[in-house]
Amino acid sequence: MKKERHFLSSLSGMNALSSVMAILIGLFAGFIILLASNPAQAFNGFFIVLTGGFSDLFNLGQVLYYATPIIMTGLSVGFAGKTGLFNIGASGQFTFGMYAAILVAIKMSGLPGPLVCLLALLAGIIAGALWGLVPGLLKALCNVHEVIACIMMNYIGMYLVNYLIVTTDVYDNTRNMTMRLSQDANLPTLGLDNLFSAATAGGAARPSSVGSGILIAIFVCVLIYIVLEKTKFGYELKSCGYNHEAAHYAGINEKKGIMLSMTIAGGLAGLGGAMLALAGAGRGIKVVDVLAGEGFMGIPVALLALNNPIGIIFSGFLIAYLTQSGFLLQRLAFAPEIIEIIIAIIIYFSALALLLKGAIEYFIKGKKKDARIKAEDLGTGDFKTGNNDSEGGDSG
Amino acid sequence: MSFDVLVFLIQQMMFFSIPLLIVALGGMFSERSGVVNIALEGIMIVGAFIGVLFIFFVQGAGIRINGQLLLLLTLLVAAGAGILIALPHAYASVHMKANQVISGTAINMFAPAFAIYVARMIRSVQQIPFTNQFYIESVPILGNIPIIGQFFFQRTYILTYFGFLILIVSWILLYKTPFGLRLRACGEHPQAADSLGINVFKMRYIGVMISGALAGIGGVVFVIPTSITFDATVAGYGFLALAVLIFGQWKPGRILFAAFFFGLMKTVSVAYSSIPFLNNLNISGSVYKMIPFIATLVVLAFSSRKSMAPKAVGVPYDKGSR
Repeated sequence: MKKERHFLSSLSGMNALSSVMAILIGLFAGFIILLASNPAQAFNGFFIVLTGGFSDLFNLGQVLYYATPIIMTGLSVGFAGKTGLFNIGASGQFTFGMYAAILVAIKMSGLPGPLVCLLALLAGIIAGALWGLVPGLLKALCNVHEVIACIMMNYIGMYLVNYLIVTTDVYDNTRNMTMRLSQDANLPTLGLDNLFSAATAGGAARPSSVGSGILIAIFVCVLIYIVLEKTKFGYELKSCGYNHEAAHYAGINEKKGIMLSMTIAGGLAGLGGAMLALAGAGRGIKVVDVLAGEGFMGIPVALLALNNPIGIIFSGFLIAYLTQSGFLLQRLAFAPEIIEIIIAIIIYFSALALLLKGAIEYFIKGKKKDARIKAEDLGTGDFKTGNNDSEGGDSG
Repeated sequence: MSFDVLVFLIQQMMFFSIPLLIVALGGMFSERSGVVNIALEGIMIVGAFIGVLFIFFVQGAGIRINGQLLLLLTLLVAAGAGILIALPHAYASVHMKANQVISGTAINMFAPAFAIYVARMIRSVQQIPFTNQFYIESVPILGNIPIIGQFFFQRTYILTYFGFLILIVSWILLYKTPFGLRLRACGEHPQAADSLGINVFKMRYIGVMISGALAGIGGVVFVIPTSITFDATVAGYGFLALAVLIFGQWKPGRILFAAFFFGLMKTVSVAYSSIPFLNNLNISGSVYKMIPFIATLVVLAFSSRKSMAPKAVGVPYDKGSR
């Protein structure tokens, strides 16, 4: 009990708790919206939102499949965030990386499968990195705010990719999207798809779309964590984010830092796009004027994890879980956009960290007061009020 | 280039420039008071959605009403919706000292999802159609003036003149009234403003609310001339307006110029097939669609060095800080 209280009073514990509170408020708001739009089905609908992803192994596999790209874009946003930049351009970097991977996989299909796969992943990273480098350059050299440059790069990337898909002959007329990739170029599934499957009425198990991508994503998260926390390079990048003047004073080249940080962030998002294209689930790029949603989902993923690479693995799972629940929600004739509304509300409340922290503090202190009164009432002298007070000092 | 093409281009340019002008002016009030408003895109979507929904219901109920009157009522409704959706942003940025970019991003994510969700719950498809009863073939008297009449008073909407009205009012409000002076002070040096008895929180709330109202109006102004349905998107217009605001250096006159520049770019990207010279080049439409965004980056690269952004923009006001 005492240990738990101490954790809640500590700064990181407080931050984690405010993320949890933001999630709870978002879910509650979602319930209210369900209730307002169809009271008869609201409880069933909310039950699906809460449990849909765990309802069977197939759904769990789909959660892992959806989590893979958004963990990568989340890591992209989070990595840039650690260095003081808001990478809202993950969408464009993701799309461009995905396109590069598809291009390589189709044009080099004569080579052995695993080699094609590797080259396609590399192409995705490079293309994404290039797309991240542009806002980095503009910020470092021309003082253009990275948010506005990233937004423009999202639109340019979307239209450019739509153009390139047709002109570089990777276009499938009948489906208005990129061609299917050959099976042997795909990432190996390592049997995960059959592990996460559900029996169908016909008797044959229906495999989910999960593959080795999720393992790569987790590996990259750990890698980035090590780079940020355990290397000099990571320390320099982070110090630019904390206080760029101090970093400058300490002899760190902040302009180089900005460019490198945006390039790496872009590469991470590009890798996410490449992995989605190579996941073997038939996902390609549709030639429509819509920005890739996976890029924007990276923002809540990073925010909820407070930009911590390890935390991003978990928040990626959470957002993917909600997304999968949204698909299942259509059974009850609810529009799946309810999930995006919930996520938007979660983002909003995670921006209100101050309010949530205040509420948590109030809650903890209020509880303490209660406990103290109770202890006095009961006359149990062994309740250490003094100890509590010193802990309260930490939170203030 | 024949004269007809020029007339067509200028008329088209108005349809694209005026919403940019209105929304960028909205952004100006917010940023001049010290609050970054990246949520303009989302507010535009909400304003357009509620506005078009209003038209949809009025027309669906068979209420016979003058088209121009209905349009003005719609603008009022959209302004109200814009203020409502901007209020959470104001609360987060002013009271809660939150990261203003993040709360704006939340609104940008919320708005299209909200529009699609509500539309699908009402109509089971996400598009909201409306009958265009607002088009003006030629303004009486003024439309008959040679050349100028053709450029500005034929094949138009009342929205165009409304946009110019907002520009003039904004300019007077910002530079010729005590309110404008106070608003600008809050964006430049809120501590100094506070020491003179100006309520910084209140001014910032008002700034964000004005931006909400104008962005909401801007959503309707964008959708009505360029479409016959509302499809839960304003095609990145809110973000372009943000670029117009920066290019316009947070000043009404320059914003007008910037809005025309981007409007022209956008016109080229949409109407290239009607321009014989460009149509002959035989370039894909996707390339033209990129033009406004590439132009933005190029222009910003050259104009951001000596940025005249309000000094305190994006910084939450904390009475205790020095």
